[in-house]
Amino acid sequence: MSIKEKNKAPLTGNIKYLIVGVLFGIVFVKAEIISWFRIQEMFRLQSFHMYGVIGSAVLVGLVSVLIIRKFDIKTLGGEKIVLPVKAFSKGQIYGGLLFGLGWAITGACPGPLFAQIGTGATIVIITFLSAVAGTWTYGYLKEKLPH
Amino acid sequence: MLDLIKQPWPWYIAGPLIGLTVPVLLIIGNKAFGISSSLSHICAACFPANVSFFKYDWKKEAWNLFFVFGILIGGGLAASLLQNPDPFVINPKLAAELSGYGITNYNNFIPAEIVNWSALFTAKGLLMIVAGGFLIGFGTRYAGGCTSGHSIMGLSTLQWPSLVATCCFMVGGFIMANLLLPLILSI
Repeated sequence: MSIKEKNKAPLTGNIKYLIVGVLFGIVFVKAEIISWFRIQEMFRLQSFHMYGVIGSAVLVGLVSVLIIRKFDIKTLGGEKIVLPVKAFSKGQIYGGLLFGLGWAITGACPGPLFAQIGTGATIVIITFLSAVAGTWTYGYLKEKLPH
Repeated sequence: MLDLIKQPWPWYIAGPLIGLTVPVLLIIGNKAFGISSSLSHICAACFPANVSFFKYDWKKEAWNLFFVFGILIGGGLAASLLQNPDPFVINPKLAAELSGYGITNYNNFIPAEIVNWSALFTAKGLLMIVAGGFLIGFGTRYAGGCTSGHSIMGLSTLQWPSLVATCCFMVGGFIMANLLLPLILSI
């Protein structure tokens, strides 16, 4: 982290993430990724749309990461880029299945929940609060669950 | 131009833009793309309740809360300024199936006839809104990520556990949409 970066107030330093979020939210709405109906079509194999979105997103992400690694691209602050490592646990199976059920019933993953609330669907605030409660319950029960 | 932007964006525009979030977050601040962890940071910030899983310095992860708040604002901007004037088009097979459950309004991103404030305290509403939300929060944290953290960030960095998680997301989704949801919608 550069000295300039360190001296920045946390608020101004984080505004750039807010801006990326705004652009991301616009894409979510305009491509109808936050639509319950598009998610139903996906899981009924009635539309290619969501598969195209996720597939092309992964492809662009993959190529970007390859370029970052190949040319050892640094962050704007000059740091080496660190890619997180996901360790395997059975949680990816059990948790993955449970999240899949929730994704199809609500028509939303966590990102679209925020965008749906933004579009004025106030009832989704309850879905969101319930998701926070679910996360909290996982944290509370973590040691007792199979991993 | 604005008229074109107001139309629904095709997958080959939206997908690559979402994929670009991965390098953008890495380059502007060495941040790994992920959204469900924001739910964890909210727990850590608001009700850690001495649970060890939430005892960490969430302020270091505050960027993630700015990011998701941005998504909320972006959703509002797109829905108010860039709203598509044409009716929402859905697959005729889906329309036929849903009309059997009394869902004929496609003007919202959520099925407004069954997901609304007055339906909240019905069995169907509780399942669709409260139980569904709970499964999202519990499942993503148990799996260690959601569609963004596993399916996009994880697959982009070739992590096989993320492939396992993504396959399980899809299996869960297929089971719900095709086997369980018809039962719930019939309530």
